[in-house]
Amino acid sequence: MTLVLYRIDDRLIHGQVVVGWGQPLDIGFIVLVDDTVAAEEWEQELYRMGVPPEMDIYFHSANDALEQMAKYRSDPRAGILLTGDIATMRRLVDASGITAVNVGGVHSAAGRVQRLRYVFLTPAEERELRDLAGRGVSVTAQDVPGARPVTLDDLLAGSEL
Amino acid sequence: MSSEATQSDQKPVHRAIVAGHGEFAAGLVSAVEQITGRGSQLIPIAVHQLGVADIEALLRERMIAADVRVIFTDLQAGSCTMASRRILRGMDDAVLIAGANLPTLLDFVFAEGMSAPQAARHAAERGRAAIAVHGAGA
Repeated sequence: MTLVLYRIDDRLIHGQVVVGWGQPLDIGFIVLVDDTVAAEEWEQELYRMGVPPEMDIYFHSANDALEQMAKYRSDPRAGILLTGDIATMRRLVDASGITAVNVGGVHSAAGRVQRLRYVFLTPAEERELRDLAGRGVSVTAQDVPGARPVTLDDLLAGSEL
Repeated sequence: MSSEATQSDQKPVHRAIVAGHGEFAAGLVSAVEQITGRGSQLIPIAVHQLGVADIEALLRERMIAADVRVIFTDLQAGSCTMASRRILRGMDDAVLIAGANLPTLLDFVFAEGMSAPQAARHAAERGRAAIAVHGAGA
């Protein structure tokens, strides 16, 4: 197997990731890419306790993740790569040939406009997503596997609200 | 006859927060109220559409406002659990019970002779033991 899902989710490790996607995809590991978490052992322990014992979790800064990408892609298990923001995913896409990105959760914050029940975006974030699509990356929003993927055009139009 | 006042003749005292996915909290608190009439001890909190920082802020604000030191959440990996663990990091007298179920909360609301944190620990054991499997199906 390999990395089967590249997901942007500001909640990082939570029920939808570990259970919602983790069980049907038979996920064996999660790569959590976040500069803050990668620098703080306490944060890592917090997230480590959120995954079941049969699932490994690895923590990397964005720069570090790029160096490790080949290793994770050749892992015999299925894995999820997770970032907490669009900018970090974009850095990975620019350098590592990711072809599909799942927008799983970007929640309400100052300056963001609601585009989907679980996606709120600033104008800059919308531009970043369009930029990803312009590079040939398939960008869809989908919180859980049973939900219908929402195309980027529909997401940004807010037509699924 | 118990000498304890019932909730019908005194102002309800909140003793814990219940938080989790969807309507988990409201559903469980509703069930506790239906079974015991003591649901008002519990504050149900839903976190739809909130990011991690907002969940933490909401739970912290409600804990302080109601002066409670116990949080029940639904899932070890859940956002409410993560946020609660961050809150507990700076609140030494608080307790988080992750993976709470209805038997847990029923035990908690009746354990009024204990402090709320003590009652929560006791209730966690009761909830853990309350899961049973019936039938011989493979």
